[in-house]
Amino acid sequence: MNPSNGKGPISMASSSASWRVGDGVSDQFPAGLRVLVVDDDPTCLRILEKMLRTCLYEVTKCNRAETALSLLRGNKNGFDIVISDVHMPDMDGFKLLEYIGLEMDLPVIMMSADDGKNVVMKGVTHGACDYLIKPVRIEALKNIWQHVVRKRKNEWKDFEQSGSVEEDRQQKQSDEADYSSSANEGNWKNSKKRKDDEEESEERDDSSTLKKPRVVWSVELHQQFVAAVNQLGIDKAVPKKILELMNVPGLTRENVASHLQKYRLYLRRLSGVSQHPNNLNGSFMNPQEAAFGQLSSLNGLDLQALAAAGQLPAHSLATLQAAGLGRSTPKSSIHMPLVDQRNVFSFENPKLRLGEGQQQHMPSNKQMGLLHGIPTTMEPKQLANLQHTAQSIGNINMQINSQGGQSSQNNSLLMQMAQSQSRGQILGETAGGHVPRLPSTIGQPILTPDIGPNVSARNGIPENIRSTGYNPVSQTSSLLNFPMTPTSELSVNSYPLGNTSGVSSLPSKGSFQQDINSDIKGSVGFMPSFDIFNDLHQHKSQNWELENVGMTFDASRHSNSAQGSLDLAQSVLAHQGFSSGQMTGQNRNAAAIGSTMFSSNNGTEHGNAQNVGPHLNALLIDNQIRVKTETFHDSNPANIFPEHFGQEDLMSALLKQQEGIASAEHEFDFDGYSMDNISV
Amino acid sequence: MERNQQRRQLAVMRQSLFDQEYLDEQFIQLEELQDDANPNFVEEVVTLYYRDSARLIQSIEQALEKKPLDFSKLDGYMHQFKGSSSSIGAKKVKAESTLFREYCRVGNGEGCIRTFQQLKKEYTTLKKKLEAYFQLARQVGPAETACRPK
Repeated sequence: MNPSNGKGPISMASSSASWRVGDGVSDQFPAGLRVLVVDDDPTCLRILEKMLRTCLYEVTKCNRAETALSLLRGNKNGFDIVISDVHMPDMDGFKLLEYIGLEMDLPVIMMSADDGKNVVMKGVTHGACDYLIKPVRIEALKNIWQHVVRKRKNEWKDFEQSGSVEEDRQQKQSDEADYSSSANEGNWKNSKKRKDDEEESEERDDSSTLKKPRVVWSVELHQQFVAAVNQLGIDKAVPKKILELMNVPGLTRENVASHLQKYRLYLRRLSGVSQHPNNLNGSFMNPQEAAFGQLSSLNGLDLQALAAAGQLPAHSLATLQAAGLGRSTPKSSIHMPLVDQRNVFSFENPKLRLGEGQQQHMPSNKQMGLLHGIPTTMEPKQLANLQHTAQSIGNINMQINSQGGQSSQNNSLLMQMAQSQSRGQILGETAGGHVPRLPSTIGQPILTPDIGPNVSARNGIPENIRSTGYNPVSQTSSLLNFPMTPTSELSVNSYPLGNTSGVSSLPSKGSFQQDINSDIKGSVGFMPSFDIFNDLHQHKSQNWELENVGMTFDASRHSNSAQGSLDLAQSVLAHQGFSSGQMTGQNRNAAAIGSTMFSSNNGTEHGNAQNVGPHLNALLIDNQIRVKTETFHDSNPANIFPEHFGQEDLMSALLKQQEGIASAEHEFDFDGYSMDNISV
Repeated sequence: MERNQQRRQLAVMRQSLFDQEYLDEQFIQLEELQDDANPNFVEEVVTLYYRDSARLIQSIEQALEKKPLDFSKLDGYMHQFKGSSSSIGAKKVKAESTLFREYCRVGNGEGCIRTFQQLKKEYTTLKKKLEAYFQLARQVGPAETACRPK
């Protein structure tokens, strides 16, 4: 692929997907990079615009974050990179960063006159791919294209890891690249062309598309997917058939395959939640811990996959966590959904336990409030995304959140659930930055049809949330869901991590109603929806570990800044589903998530929570390490190496994983999270 | 000739702005951005700056009159103001902004008020100087500016 010589070489945008780092990049390569710059200061905006134009980039400027978001949403593939100011009147730059990360998976550069370490750290934890100090010099802008390439490269890698045919892909890539270059008359700015290319590649065999057109697994799409899977039977559900059943134009077998992978992981996770006592107390993440790195890695769920792709997952995780954490309501309802889901998926899991626990907690979960706590006002879309992945879980979380803080545990559960769900999705989707989707899914009825009757209830919940605009909650939910798997097998471990931290950051306490700043300490009461679930399920939830976590979480929540917690949560979440490797980043997130979850579980005594709890605690304590261990706890090692799941039967995959994991981590004795084993 | 004299005058004026530290390196960045497509880019940006920052100055002034002083709000305004000022290279103004923020951080109202007065002075002085500079620059014609003084 190369950029055509002479004229505008392959537009970064279009060819970025196919750009192979390392390939000879023509000098003109970055030219035409489509940049969106957001800053409320007109002077800076004008200067930046001029500087970027001088770098031969294609610039679009806007002075409001809302405008930027609508521009981005209106044209998902219209930009390659976003540069945003931190302090803006209508929306905090970090919030915008999260949204973008979740929904569009674009690299985002933050800038500010503030060069304080905290702010810069915040940028890192929210997933910014760079941070520029004002006044910005043109030299600093000349190299921003590297972020785009890097992200694409990572996505590609992720994509590959998810089991796609690499060769084909590569082949396709080059084809695509060539195609782009030749087709483009040097006008790489021609995003339309790029789109065409993308479409073509999409239509091609599944193994292609380096570009990875972002497939947004909306709630509806996911529901269709789940319906197809159920129709086929989880063990007979192969991407090809699922694709046929779904009959969605433009969806490739690969998209489905990766989504399926995530989904399976999610299911595994759900069924594999082990009961671990909540040790999370106090160990909840320190928001600072969350600062490990990209939250992205935390996405135990899919975020990880996404995270690998770029910062996206991180953001998503954060958001998710925030969402989940913020609202942790003790409702155990979250559990319920999980349980239901699990059942649906023919899991015989102990999840029921969770469900039960949840029921207890559903005190007055306000469903709506799920997102309340979440500091990040994720828009419904984001929630919807979350929901996709987290589906039922997300709902739970959401509900929990609305509750207001007590159900931190619930939240965590939800989060776990959400996470697992999202994870599943994410895993499948690595490429598309599904992470972002997570949050949005939350908005949507998280309950996937699979969940069964309970699910329906849950679904209702998310809607509530959406209305409140708690996107963030959903996000967390998804994250949380992850670890939530009610089944004892899944060690919620990973999840706790995320939750705790996440929770803290999330103003889960019911106060999230508005866009709360990330400072909102995650209200633990995420689980507003638990009530609903409780009703649905008559499960008695044991004390979820999460509960413990939740408790701790609350405490931790307050202490951290949203960010920190999110990170943790994310990491937690991430770990859950993701291989240990990813754990590091995930740990943080997971921890955050875990913490939130825990808080949400406070009220509920769900068995799952328990699982979560300990995990979370563990996570919090040592995000990285724990996360790893935690994840491995999950009964099914499969979770750990999501990417290798292919279309195998869930069980067989599980077995394999176990084997694989066993080798990797020899000790699954969860109680001892021995980190050493985790060979990520 | 008149033109040459003016050119020299312009160069001297410009140099003194840097020497007296009214302007810093960032201003040169702006000058370098000026080209045939945007021949008055620097003036355009500076005008934009003065127009936008006048609003901020006013907000700060009003906030300084409230009792008790809301330091975080003041800091917020000043942060914005500082960002703007630094982007055009207004060195002294930026220094005063930093000082002001420091006073806000420690809650020193007196210090804030004092610093703000100084800041306004620098702000106005720079404005006048730049106005004179641009006026001359316009007379001299394009391609006279943007040369690194040092």
